[in-house]
Amino acid sequence: MTLFIILAVLTVVSSLLVIFQRNVVHSAVALVAALFFIAVLFLTLDAPMIGILQVLVYAGAIMVLFLFVIMLLNPAALEPRQIPWWTLGSAAALLLVFLLMPALLNTVAPRQAAPAGPGFGSPELLGQTLFGSFVLPFEIASVLLLVAIIGAVVLAKKES
Amino acid sequence: MRQFVDQLIQNGYFAGAPKELVYAGAMIVAALVVLSVFVAPLAGVTSWLERRVWARMQSRVGPNRVGPQGILQWLADGIKNLLKEDIIPASADKFLFSLAPYVVFVGFLSAFVVIPFGRELIVADLNIGILYLLAVTSVVVVGILMAGWSSNNKWSLLGGMRSAAQIVSYEIPAGLAVLTIVFVAGTLSTQGIIKGQGWAPWDWFLFYNPFTFVAFFLYFTAALAEGNRTPFDIPEAESELVAGYVTEYSGMRFLFFFFAEWGNLYVIGAVATILFLGGWHIPAIPALADQPILKGGLQFAVFFVKAYFWVFVAMWVRATLPRVRVDQLMSLCWKYMVPLSFVCVVGTAAWMLIWPQGNRPVSMAMFLLGVVILAMFSKRVGYQIRHARPVLYLRPYI
Amino acid sequence: MDDLVAHPFFPILVLFCLAGIVVLALLLVAQKVGPKKMDPVKAEPFESGNPPRGDARIRFPVKFYLVAMLFLIFDLEAVFLYPWAILLRRLGTYGLVEMGIFLLIAAVGFLYAWKRGALDWE
Repeated sequence: MTLFIILAVLTVVSSLLVIFQRNVVHSAVALVAALFFIAVLFLTLDAPMIGILQVLVYAGAIMVLFLFVIMLLNPAALEPRQIPWWTLGSAAALLLVFLLMPALLNTVAPRQAAPAGPGFGSPELLGQTLFGSFVLPFEIASVLLLVAIIGAVVLAKKES
Repeated sequence: MRQFVDQLIQNGYFAGAPKELVYAGAMIVAALVVLSVFVAPLAGVTSWLERRVWARMQSRVGPNRVGPQGILQWLADGIKNLLKEDIIPASADKFLFSLAPYVVFVGFLSAFVVIPFGRELIVADLNIGILYLLAVTSVVVVGILMAGWSSNNKWSLLGGMRSAAQIVSYEIPAGLAVLTIVFVAGTLSTQGIIKGQGWAPWDWFLFYNPFTFVAFFLYFTAALAEGNRTPFDIPEAESELVAGYVTEYSGMRFLFFFFAEWGNLYVIGAVATILFLGGWHIPAIPALADQPILKGGLQFAVFFVKAYFWVFVAMWVRATLPRVRVDQLMSLCWKYMVPLSFVCVVGTAAWMLIWPQGNRPVSMAMFLLGVVILAMFSKRVGYQIRHARPVLYLRPYI
Repeated sequence: MDDLVAHPFFPILVLFCLAGIVVLALLLVAQKVGPKKMDPVKAEPFESGNPPRGDARIRFPVKFYLVAMLFLIFDLEAVFLYPWAILLRRLGTYGLVEMGIFLLIAAVGFLYAWKRGALDWE
């Protein structure tokens, strides 16, 4: 429990840093830290596979892409934030909170979490679920990745 | 590790101390030992040996003054770097500039946690060990990008971007080559993978089928590229980028990057040994059956020599091959290695369905093929040595 | 506390902390014993002796973005393959067909990127 509180505080603090940093690269690094702490949170929940994939995919791959894009664009040259976007963003966030409210209010926090079965969170069990009951979403994910490839190529490559 | 501590507790050591305190203490001691007695001299001696081997292959002498044959050169270098001024450029981003060496250093160091040096000699046998290794490598990229960007130097930024692009590209063939072994072993644990092999070369996963044989070379090439080693050292090509992303670093901070680089060389060899070369397996010797310490030592020695052999090969490659161009580097990865590694993955998967228990004659044939290739290669190298400067090669201890 | 120590990832936490302490200690020592003679020229970015011109943080070619994006996608494909690799023996032909479809779709994307020249570094 103490461990959870420490991790939660670290996660929230680094997430806040993502928002309140003026420097975009600092924000990105704070985001890496936040994702890393979430990965550690997964580890404490007996889900090492998910935790490691969180580091591998989010902290490793997606954040590298983020940093690349930030460095490509050279954020120092960006103009200061425009007011309409600021209000629009806040309105969207408020709307999201409003929509999530029913779900949050109706959730009953379990007093005692169910004990994890043997092998819980192991790669074997994860694979069985993925290739058993979630075959269709899994195959759809590959189509999603195909769309992502096409999107990236179309964006970055000019028609010759 | 835990079993060992349990045994010590059962034998009456640490009587009265709380169990978890003993565990925690043992962990800290083990980590300190790994850090100071093993990793530091390992990276240091590798840095000396690399310069020495490289010099010999170019008919030079190399560092031979500090200690016998210059073997203490790394200590002298370390002390020198400790005494140097720690410069942070005025226009650098101070926070990220100081954080970057730490990220790279920790990323490299945490790889040692899952390397099994013997049946009992492993710090943590995670059930996702190999994925953990890949994850650690990908975190190093973030450190390199931080170093390149925060220095606010054109060479650093270019070097950092090139290095990151290179590492992430070669992570795909490396990851897929690892995957072919996961098919055969059916586990992600490093100990589990080694236990699936045997001491004899024809029981190694290297010779399991033709696809794993190819996957080994894919892995080794990709790992060299991920470690920014020649012929893939474009990110720190000194003739065009000064020193790449470490250009602005000096003193200890500089040392941490290079510590990680040389230590990483050993990690490459160790992972190749775990996946393809049978790890710590030794033949069952009856005389050793009741001598666990001697047996453990022998396993460690076998593992260490196998892994260090590939460190030597990496040095050899560095002394032999010229640097590739950046477009060659990228097309080698994406147009040759990625498709080839996909073929290896699918081929091994199909193989496993046809021969779930492996195919002994094919393993033997692959082993013989390996021996023939090695023999032909040695013949050529021997010819080159005889016709070069035999005096220098035959007297290595100048 | 016992849970924490018994956790398989505990050694890694210890290593992280120890590495941090070692790095900090060495840096402190270096700062104590090293010379401190900063001057404006030394604090400039090093550009092989030329006076530095302009900011280093220039805009980069978009090809770096393409590499990162392709890496991200194929990394995800590879990650999906790992659970399958472990379960290959249990899933058998059914798993092979399942994965065959997945890989076929991935191969289509790869070939598209290749044909459009996204794998070239110009």
